[in-house]
Amino acid sequence: MTARPERAPGSALPSGGAMRVMGSETEYGIHAPSAPGANATMMSARVIQAYAQVTRQRAAGGAETRWDYTDEEPLHDARGWTVERTSADPSQLTDQPPVLDAEAIAMAYGRDELDHDGDDESGSLLMNMVLGNGARLYVDHAHPEYSSPEVTNPRDAVAWDAAGDLVVLAAVRRLAADPTLPPINLYKNNTDNKSVSYGSHENYLMPRSVPFGDIVRGLTPFFVSRQIVCGAGRVGLGQDSSRPGYQISQRADFFEAEVGLETTIRRPIINTRDEPHATADKYRRLHVIIGDANLSQTSNYLKFGTTAMVLSLIEAGLAPKVEVHEPVAALQAVSHDTSLTATIRLLDGRRVTALDLQWMYHEAAAKLSQDAGVADAVDGDGHTHAVLERWAATLSQLDNNRDAAASSVEWLAKLSLLEGYRQRDGLNWDNARLGLIDLQWADIRPEKGLYHRLLSRNRMQRIVDGQAIARAVAEPPSDTRAYFRGRCVSSFSKDVVGASWDSVIFDVPGYGRLQRVPTREPLRGTEALTGGLFARHHEAAPFLAELLGLGTTPPPG
Amino acid sequence: MAGQEQQHPQSRDSEVDEDIPATPPAPAEAQASAATQGVDDLLDEIDGVLESNAEEFVRAFVQKGGQ
Repeated sequence: MTARPERAPGSALPSGGAMRVMGSETEYGIHAPSAPGANATMMSARVIQAYAQVTRQRAAGGAETRWDYTDEEPLHDARGWTVERTSADPSQLTDQPPVLDAEAIAMAYGRDELDHDGDDESGSLLMNMVLGNGARLYVDHAHPEYSSPEVTNPRDAVAWDAAGDLVVLAAVRRLAADPTLPPINLYKNNTDNKSVSYGSHENYLMPRSVPFGDIVRGLTPFFVSRQIVCGAGRVGLGQDSSRPGYQISQRADFFEAEVGLETTIRRPIINTRDEPHATADKYRRLHVIIGDANLSQTSNYLKFGTTAMVLSLIEAGLAPKVEVHEPVAALQAVSHDTSLTATIRLLDGRRVTALDLQWMYHEAAAKLSQDAGVADAVDGDGHTHAVLERWAATLSQLDNNRDAAASSVEWLAKLSLLEGYRQRDGLNWDNARLGLIDLQWADIRPEKGLYHRLLSRNRMQRIVDGQAIARAVAEPPSDTRAYFRGRCVSSFSKDVVGASWDSVIFDVPGYGRLQRVPTREPLRGTEALTGGLFARHHEAAPFLAELLGLGTTPPPG
Repeated sequence: MAGQEQQHPQSRDSEVDEDIPATPPAPAEAQASAATQGVDDLLDEIDGVLESNAEEFVRAFVQKGGQ
């Protein structure tokens, strides 16, 4: 058990280590094998709709809440400008509610589609939900997407990201039980191996005072190399998989730029989308688009934990002074080298391996966190010590004990399964069975997903147990504003008409207009600050009255 | 944040197993050797789980654009 320094509720997290406000976004691959022509947006909406039905049974009054779009600013660039809407790619306009109302569906698919879709009272399909665990579940482009609630550490990031897999699993089960609809499969991967990629994003809160150029310089060599720890593995080389082989990362071949605003075209290693979803003069939300979706808990844990530590290095001005020559090409070279021996050219002329780069970052992060007093096993912040230990153990295993690393590093776990098949059946890399193993690795159903089959045989290490993940499906993290959002949705769903990352909107009888409760500070709205309020009130009106300092009754309408 | 180490027990159930052991519960080498022994078993199990007609299944998995 780790002792923790006591923090005043709502105060800043211990700095210099692995603690930070963070969260994940997963776009799931979607496929209905019995209905190959089915429209992906329509199927994605069915997934959201199915989960709304699941939560309606769980929570009195319905747990679903509409998303509020007023805070979305997808065209703000962290480098200090805003893209004109007319020059933006349509896929970048994520602040407009995706309208898929009855009329649009009827025009696209015919009236028959409407009869068995469980559309809600307003006649439109639900495209967007805020969940009782503080997450968002919605249709993004042509995929269902789960955006985790804000957490403060990599361990919780793993739990609430894995909770998303259980959320969509519940939806898939419900759809499978409906004989009038084709069953839908969901895959936690990032490409169809036919030139299309979809994302798995990470978000990290940073002080706005850190110059963006420092972030680009400090992160680029780290992002080029971290895939050896958190790549999910992929059968096929090139965006369209036209060359046979195996590579470390799902995403590497889809990156074409070093820095940029886009996420769907000309993907950049460093993404500059600048929507803080918080007090904008204090914070930026660093939007990381280069990661693979991870099923392996160790890879996912290290993805969040080591990146958070590198951001601490950048904030302290202590990131390793290395610059990679042609980072996009280096990213792909690292991904294509499963021997981990390929060298990357640095601008100062040195040649280093991806492992060398990771050790440089580990050494710098260990020193900073020790100096900051957060890395101690007993007196530290409760997370940094474990991240550093596991990071070092994983790098050592990648160097000299790959069999051991195969129980934790996702691309190696998948590779060792594929090699088993190749040896037993004499398969070449272009054999369709290997492609199927790659795809089915990511099936979210425990009985079909190959990662889950390995997990059930204890061949994959766990960071959080199944009970903690199951709890994270229904409960929000206790130590961020997600607690307030999630508890509002699960306690007062009939009176909550909308919510976003930084507000919850109530429509309560007795109030003349909608009440918007801002949640601009990510470390407020915690259980320590608001748990008593939820315990005292089981009705929205007195809850809101106390929260807004209005005494115990609503003001006259 | 050094200097405020007032130690207190974990308050959240979900963090009871907060400590991540520096070394995994079973030594990595032992796990790896067990892994080799179990590999035939594993492949047999997965044979029974894999979708039939690999070629057609993989070809039909076509996604629309994403982020």
